[in-house]
Amino acid sequence: MEKHGSPIIQINDVRKSFRAADGRERPVLEGVDFTLREGEIVALLGQSGSGKSTLLRIMAGLIGVDAGNVQYRGQPLYGPARAISMVFQSFALFPWLTVQQNVELGLEARGIGREERAERAEKAISLIGLAGFEGALPRELSGGMRQRVGIARALVTQPDVLLMDEAFSALDVLTGERLRDDILELWTQGGMPTKAVLVVSHNIEEAVMMADRILIFASDPGRVRFQLAIDLPRPRVADSAEVRSLIDEVYALMTAGTVRAGRPGAAEEPEALRLYDRLPDADIARMEGLLELLAGAPFHGEADLPKLAEESELTDDELLPVASAIDLLGLARVQSGDLHLTLLGRRYVDGDHAVRQELFGQQVLENVPLAAHIRHSLEQDPERALPEQPFLRLLQQHLDPAEAERVLKTVIEWGRHGEVFEYDFHAGSIHLPDDQQDEAARNSIIE
Amino acid sequence: MAFEKNFFPRQVVEAGNRWDWALLPLVLAALALAGLGGAGMTKPYHLGDAIPLSLDPFQLPYYLLRTTLRMLLALTFSLLFSFAFATAAARWRAAEKVLVPLLDILQSIPILGFLSITVTGFIALFPGNLFGVECAAIFAIFTSQAWNMAFSLYQSMRTVPNELQEAARVFQLSAWQRFWRLELPFAMPGLLWNMMMSMSGGWFFVVASEAIAVSGQNIKLPGVGSYIAMAIEARNLQAIGWAILGMLIGIVMYDQFLFRPLVAWADKFRFEEGGQEAAPTSWLLTWSRRTERIAALGERFTRALESSFTWFRMSHDGTSIRARPAPPNGTLSRAWDALIAAGALYAVWELYNFVHAEVGFGEVWHVFLLGCATMLRVVVLIALASLVWVPVGVWIGLRPAVSGRLQAVAQFLAAFPANLMFPVFVVLIVHWHLNPDIWLSPLMVFGTQWYLLFNVIAGASSIPSELRFASGNLGLTGWLRWKRFLLPAVFPSFVTGAITASGGSWNASIVSEFVTWGNTTIEARGLGSYIAHYTASGDFRRIALGICVMCVFVMGMNHFVWRRLYRIAEERMHF
Repeated sequence: MEKHGSPIIQINDVRKSFRAADGRERPVLEGVDFTLREGEIVALLGQSGSGKSTLLRIMAGLIGVDAGNVQYRGQPLYGPARAISMVFQSFALFPWLTVQQNVELGLEARGIGREERAERAEKAISLIGLAGFEGALPRELSGGMRQRVGIARALVTQPDVLLMDEAFSALDVLTGERLRDDILELWTQGGMPTKAVLVVSHNIEEAVMMADRILIFASDPGRVRFQLAIDLPRPRVADSAEVRSLIDEVYALMTAGTVRAGRPGAAEEPEALRLYDRLPDADIARMEGLLELLAGAPFHGEADLPKLAEESELTDDELLPVASAIDLLGLARVQSGDLHLTLLGRRYVDGDHAVRQELFGQQVLENVPLAAHIRHSLEQDPERALPEQPFLRLLQQHLDPAEAERVLKTVIEWGRHGEVFEYDFHAGSIHLPDDQQDEAARNSIIE
Repeated sequence: MAFEKNFFPRQVVEAGNRWDWALLPLVLAALALAGLGGAGMTKPYHLGDAIPLSLDPFQLPYYLLRTTLRMLLALTFSLLFSFAFATAAARWRAAEKVLVPLLDILQSIPILGFLSITVTGFIALFPGNLFGVECAAIFAIFTSQAWNMAFSLYQSMRTVPNELQEAARVFQLSAWQRFWRLELPFAMPGLLWNMMMSMSGGWFFVVASEAIAVSGQNIKLPGVGSYIAMAIEARNLQAIGWAILGMLIGIVMYDQFLFRPLVAWADKFRFEEGGQEAAPTSWLLTWSRRTERIAALGERFTRALESSFTWFRMSHDGTSIRARPAPPNGTLSRAWDALIAAGALYAVWELYNFVHAEVGFGEVWHVFLLGCATMLRVVVLIALASLVWVPVGVWIGLRPAVSGRLQAVAQFLAAFPANLMFPVFVVLIVHWHLNPDIWLSPLMVFGTQWYLLFNVIAGASSIPSELRFASGNLGLTGWLRWKRFLLPAVFPSFVTGAITASGGSWNASIVSEFVTWGNTTIEARGLGSYIAHYTASGDFRRIALGICVMCVFVMGMNHFVWRRLYRIAEERMHF
């Protein structure tokens, strides 16, 4: 890092929390230190909910911090600064403005005259390969073209820093890769006025291809867990051995103890999940699909995660939660970026529907404390049914409201699949499956 | 080529194209008419003077002009009010706490209430001139138009997508720039829709706002509303027919010359992507876009707006001390809350004193019972109207060819003043000796039932076609098809329509429970007739009491019934 230039954005010991439903503070970021220097591209990787987007927004001046310092070239940053520009995940173009008007937006806001605006916008538009589309409305353009407008709009103000918030994730793979390569070309040839770029991504290959430095985030609360410097010269070749081995390394770092909601030093030691811990966002169909893929040829129960990603056509932020989930349930093990099918997993894949269901239910009860707690509470209840709210409230004390709801939804889906319990959407209640209800209980029929 | 043109005088070279010439008579006519109407509005007038009016149909075009002009002015003021209200409520949390409940109250005050309180003030404002009375009438129309527009703008401003707001901040847009570049364009489709609704509301109360018969005043301003009022007094059916025709022309003209061009122009502000339906078109807009002069005028306006962006821009960015957020001042916001609470308590105390001293609690109980009677009517009639219009609306909505044409018809029907139906009802009730308490009730939903139809049509036509194919494929028929597919699918839009219809019906009760035809007056027992009765005689205490009780009923129903249904619809039944 020392070989890079002077610091542009400095973040020291930053803490950011949000207020949960019960009025208590829940940390999103805790003790984050980070310096963005001149001449580098930095990528932030991490699971969804690890606070990497929050960090990006803090650097953009969109969100204030609760504690710690944020500085732009030595000056405190209270709000969005002129020299810091941003590219958004869903483009954030103003649909009623033409391409040119969108690109001119930042210049117009600064009170720059019409002629100069048009001149600079035209330069930016042709730089990014959009010449001829000045008069088009965003809705006439494809996704890739729209993001080009977003990038032109960000570059036209000659920013010092460019922040990219998952800028390629709303695009299809081919378009995303082309746009990425175009930007890297501009960067290496010095066509960009920008001194430093920060990329938030969930795509490991993208991060390895672009960055001089990768920061891997841990969640609950979000903080920097690993840093990885990449010294490969650009342009990098995606299929080269160096890039492949780096991708493997990042996968290994990303999956190291992920499920265990890693407290520092959790590394790869399995550690019991707490009642209110986040569950990976994995649905049943994907879990089954991945297990079958893993068991079949050419993997035969053992696979490299990047290869698995390629084969399953899942993106990294889709694949990693699924891998975490089947690891959590003991159907496979994640070890240094590889996925191994366990004996249990083999039985699951070979079994018919009934066997799968039983196995799944058993594993959910054993490994997911929240599911076990729900089941236990239901068995005690004379009605054999409970509203979802108490469980939701329990989760909300430790997670933000949207995340709490997602975790409850996940546990309900898993519980349903394993016939651990059932759920009535309209009543918002959880109950035992009908055929498992204690026949001694007289009032066991629940709508 | 440009070089050659330089030999000719500017007037010849830049004489405009043929579209300029085609539009020229229209522009001139509009200017002349505005001048003519404006001159009529500011004539000398002294209280007690009789304004000459006649039922001669040849006078009707002039009356129509006056009414149209009044509505346009009221609409303009409603728009300005909406801008001010929505900006204040959306930007400042402290203002929002007061303004939003206030709007809720204002929305439930009937038009006659506003008129009876303000008319004398407006007349005193311009002594010796008709303009004071005109102002009162314009204000009355304003009160039937402004609230829903303001609310729509406020809600749109609160729901601007987060990423666009962030983009606006990252690219340093000032509050002024943000309003014109982001918030207003985003709110435009909703605002326009509400403007059209407001226009219908204005027409519905056209009689009440022009033939001012409150607080002992009896002034009829030249206009379609007064014409209708006179026709009713004179039992002149032929004149009623002419009035209906005049209104129809007025509404069609507003549609063709104002709303249609606006809607076609505002199509670019649609936020959703990939609408399959054809973009709305307007001949007037297409024409004026082809002209040179009028297009240049629009361009000049845009440039003026853009140069205002230079004046009102951010002077500093996020690294300046001025961007440092002030630490949240708990004391100040608590003090503000306390002030609001104290104000509300004081108002309740004043109300209690007023009731105690002026009207007595017996009267309050009596008015409360009248309110119950009106509520019963509203509920029963909305239910009946739903039984009729939901199936009809679904039927129409599933046939896109029909639904396109019917929207315009429904908009006209919603604008149709209940007063025009008075003769039918009075004659029938008197002839058959019917009970007015029951048989006057249909008048209440006469104008408002169309909102039900409107919304159900819109809901049914937005059912995803895949869902329709699926239900056909599964062989859903008869009641099962309605229960499992159609009714849940249109439920959210039905609730939206029912909210509008119910609110409108309460407001309409003041013209539909107290009905006259010549010198026959038929009254139904209810809150509406109570208010109408005492506004005519100018008994302020009882007007105030009636308005208060109506507010309580309307807001209670919104809170306890509609808001809950709305939440159910939002959570459970959407695509």
